[in-house]
Order: sequence, then C-alpha cells, then structure tokens
Amino acid sequence: MIKNISNLGDAALYCDFGDEVNKDINSQVIKYFRSLKEKNIEGIINLTPSYNKLIISFDLNKTNFKEIKKLVENDNVNEIEMNSVKIIEIPVCCEDTFALDIERLETKLSLKREKIYENFFNKDYFCYMTGFIAGMPFLGDLEKNMRLNRLETPRVKVPKGSIGLTEQFANIYTFESPGGWNIIGNTPIKIFDSSKEENPNLINPGDTVNFKKISLKEYNNFND
Amino acid sequence: MINYFEIVRAGINTTFQDNGRKKLFHIGIPLSGAMDQRNFRLANSIVGNKVNNPVIEFAYQGPVIRYRGDKINFVITGDVIFKITKGKKEIQGNSYESYSIEDGDEIDIISTNKSVYGYLAINGEFNLKLQWGSCSTNTKAIIGSNNGEKFKDGQKFEIKKINLNQIGKKIDYINTKIEKIRVIKGTNFNYFSDQSKKIFFEKEFTVSKLTDRMGMRLEGPKIENIVNTNIKSEGLVKGVIQVPADGNPIIMLSDHGTIGGYPKIGVVISADYDKLVQLSPGSKIKFQEINLSDAETLFKLYEMETQNLISQL
Repeated sequence: MIKNISNLGDAALYCDFGDEVNKDINSQVIKYFRSLKEKNIEGIINLTPSYNKLIISFDLNKTNFKEIKKLVENDNVNEIEMNSVKIIEIPVCCEDTFALDIERLETKLSLKREKIYENFFNKDYFCYMTGFIAGMPFLGDLEKNMRLNRLETPRVKVPKGSIGLTEQFANIYTFESPGGWNIIGNTPIKIFDSSKEENPNLINPGDTVNFKKISLKEYNNFND
Repeated sequence: MINYFEIVRAGINTTFQDNGRKKLFHIGIPLSGAMDQRNFRLANSIVGNKVNNPVIEFAYQGPVIRYRGDKINFVITGDVIFKITKGKKEIQGNSYESYSIEDGDEIDIISTNKSVYGYLAINGEFNLKLQWGSCSTNTKAIIGSNNGEKFKDGQKFEIKKINLNQIGKKIDYINTKIEKIRVIKGTNFNYFSDQSKKIFFEKEFTVSKLTDRMGMRLEGPKIENIVNTNIKSEGLVKGVIQVPADGNPIIMLSDHGTIGGYPKIGVVISADYDKLVQLSPGSKIKFQEINLSDAETLFKLYEMETQNLISQL
C-alpha cells in the first residue's frame, strides 16, 4: 500500500510505497498505475511506475495536488487483477561477439560461464518497470550469486539488443545507448517498435519474461 | 503551386515542436515539446493558429530560410535578431510582429539575444507526420518529425495548408530575464548536509555549457550528500533538480529520460520554467525556496499574464 503521498514540485504527486525492492511492493505500484491509467483522469499528464514509487504528473491548468491526492487515496485498486500476466520468451545469443562482459562476470562472480548461463536461463523474470530509454525493461530478480555492480566506467555505446545485468536486475537495451550494465548476450527480437502507436513495448510492467538460448545461426536467421 | 520552406542554413539546433507527447512516461518516451511554452503559444496566437500548432524551434543561431510559394505570414517570438530579404530590400525584423513573405523572400535568423530559444510560426501547417500524437522532434530518442533529426542544410519542408487571416498582428512584450529561480524542496532534500542545504538557497550557480534540451548542468559550490548518492531509480518530471555524486546539480528539462537514480534536492516551480530554459551558459542564478500553495498562485498569475498578452490581438 502507499506509505506516503507528497508533492514533487507543484505539478506532480510522489506516491511512496517504501524503500524495498520486491515483487509484492512493485505489484502494488502497478495496480495503482493500471487503475489510474484505465480511468483516464482529466488533467493527468503522465503516470510513471517504478520499483517502489509512482509519480503522477498533471496539468496545473486543469487540476492540482490536492485534487489528485484525493483521487489516489480513494482509488479502489483491489479490483485490479494481477494474474492475467503475459509470458514472453526472449531469444538470446551468447556468442563471444555479443557477451561483452562475460569474462568480467566470471572473475567477479567466481563462476564458470556455463554456470552463469545456466543460472541466467533457468528462471522467470518479473518486469518491474520500463523506461530510462524507450521500452527498456527492468527485470528481476537475479539470484544472490549472480549480482554485481555496474562497470566502473560505463560504455559510450552499448549495442542495440544487448542483455545487461546489474545488482538484482537484467535489462535489454532497446536502442544503442550509453550504459554501464554487464553485457552477457544479445537478442534479435524487437523489444521496442516505434511504428506501433498503440503498444510499442513488447514487455510491460507486470509481465513475466524468460530467456531462451539460441545459436549464432538462429540469431542470424531470426529476422528472415 | 507547392508552398515550401527551403533551409539554406539549418542553424545549431532547429527542430519542429508542439506541446509534446503525453501519457507515455511509463513506456520510456519523454515529453519533449517546445521548451518555452509561453513563446510557443504566443507565436501561434499572433499568426492566428490554434495554440498547439507545430512551429519551428531554434536555439542560439537560427536557420536561414528561403520561401517558395503563395504569400504567407510568419512571426518570430523570443528575444531574436533576424532580418527579412525581399529582392534587394532588407528589413530588420521585430519579434512578436507578423510579416508577410512571397516567393523568393528569405528569413535570416541571425541569433537569439542573451537567451536560448526562439520560435517561428506561419499562418499555416507544415506537412508533418505525427508520432504518438505529436510532431515534436526528440533527437536523442530519434522520435518525431523529420525522422527524429535536427534540420539539415538544403532540406525542404512543404506547407500543406495556409490559413487565411488578416495580416499585421503584433503584441507588445519584452522577455525579462530571470535571476532567482523559485524551487520547492525535493523528496530527497534531507540527503544533503545542513551546510549544503543552506548553500543551495544562498549561493550563486552558473549555467554550464553542458546544457541541452534534456538537462541544464550547473556549476558552483558542491552540494554534499550525507546519506546515499544513489536512490532506487524512480520517475522524473521536468524541473526536478538532481544531484549526482559529483555534487553539481542538474535540472531536468523537456527531453529528460523518464526515470533516474540520483537524489532530488528540489523542483523548479511551473511558473519559472519557461524563463529558466532561456538562460544561456554562463548565466548566474540563485534558488529561492517557496511552498506549494504560493507556487500554485504564481502559476495562475503567470498563465493570466500569457492570456492577457494573447488578448491584445
């Protein structure tokens, strides 16, 4: 549940669900997000769910903090169903040309690459949020023995399609972008499709993702 | 006859902008839109358009445009130095005053004057593709009109419709420069040392050269974080002032990424945003603390002022 609502400046609401990052808290955030999105409330400009916060920005010409706060407090989110989640399979090729940081992972985690891939592929991931760059999904949680920090010096260019690991999360670079996540492979699948007006994201908050290992040949033939 | 703008010189950062994309933060798509919304709306109003019609936004040095087609009106807003060439005749242009141009005439937008952004609107519509309901170009995310890119030399932009209206409209308005930026305390205000909290509202900061449509970086006294220099990534809004580990504040501007992980020391109030974005590198600013209800009142006054300017027409 929301622990505290405060104002973020004069045109946004900051809904705080606590400091922890876990699926239960994030599911609450997503419930509120879905409920408010469906209601399509006049004056709300953006809803931004993240691990444990929901930011609601609004048009100060149409409404204000007090009004939106009241709406959120009276929102009955329990009617929102969370079990109709989509399961999405993402093919990943882990050839050396794509697995830019596999040696770093082997050293830092003290695990052989076979074990790293076994751990990575044999589980379901929960999509906590999408953003930073368009469509980028933040997926969790990695097992404790798979967690490590960002690169000391971020890359200027991470290739599009790269699968990165940091802390308890995996993500997918939807565009070529600067970034500091540890890259273990690359997917040929289009995660963000800007030609789709309705739903350009393949993966949305609340969805379940699992990764499937593919060969270089399968990778190259994927979009034929 | 096809009416079009021929871009003789593109300028530094010339793009199409409107009032931006809404309801897309949850998928990672930024707001974008005209940086200075008041000058954007004034531009459309003076040439008799709907206020959210797409316009040309330029920064510092603007474009040189050759016009081809039937007679049309245009206006430039912001603090801008420009001239119009009609054959051998040269006219020094005034902002906030509409001019008519004919086939072969040229508009030379020399530069903005001690400010950053200016706007050019025509009494008509460019032939632009909308993406998620907006034409606004975001060059970092490669979204919007002109394939998500800045104007390039030699490009041509077709005008698909000219709205007929009377010429010679103008308003009296002078852009005043802001020195005190009013700020509401941020959600991580208590991450900073008492000394730094004091410094933040007392000392002067300088707008750095590393400033663009995504963010404004400031230089000055370092802000010391005593709790944690990272937070779990969460949503951002324009005007949020983040302080990364190096202690130099960054203000989020219209093209900002949708989430971020640096502590938020404050948020610039809505009434001061248009003036904030007009501060060029080297400008000195001070922050002043304000509460929510005063910020709301100031925004109402600011909007009233914009409406009064429009009602001069």
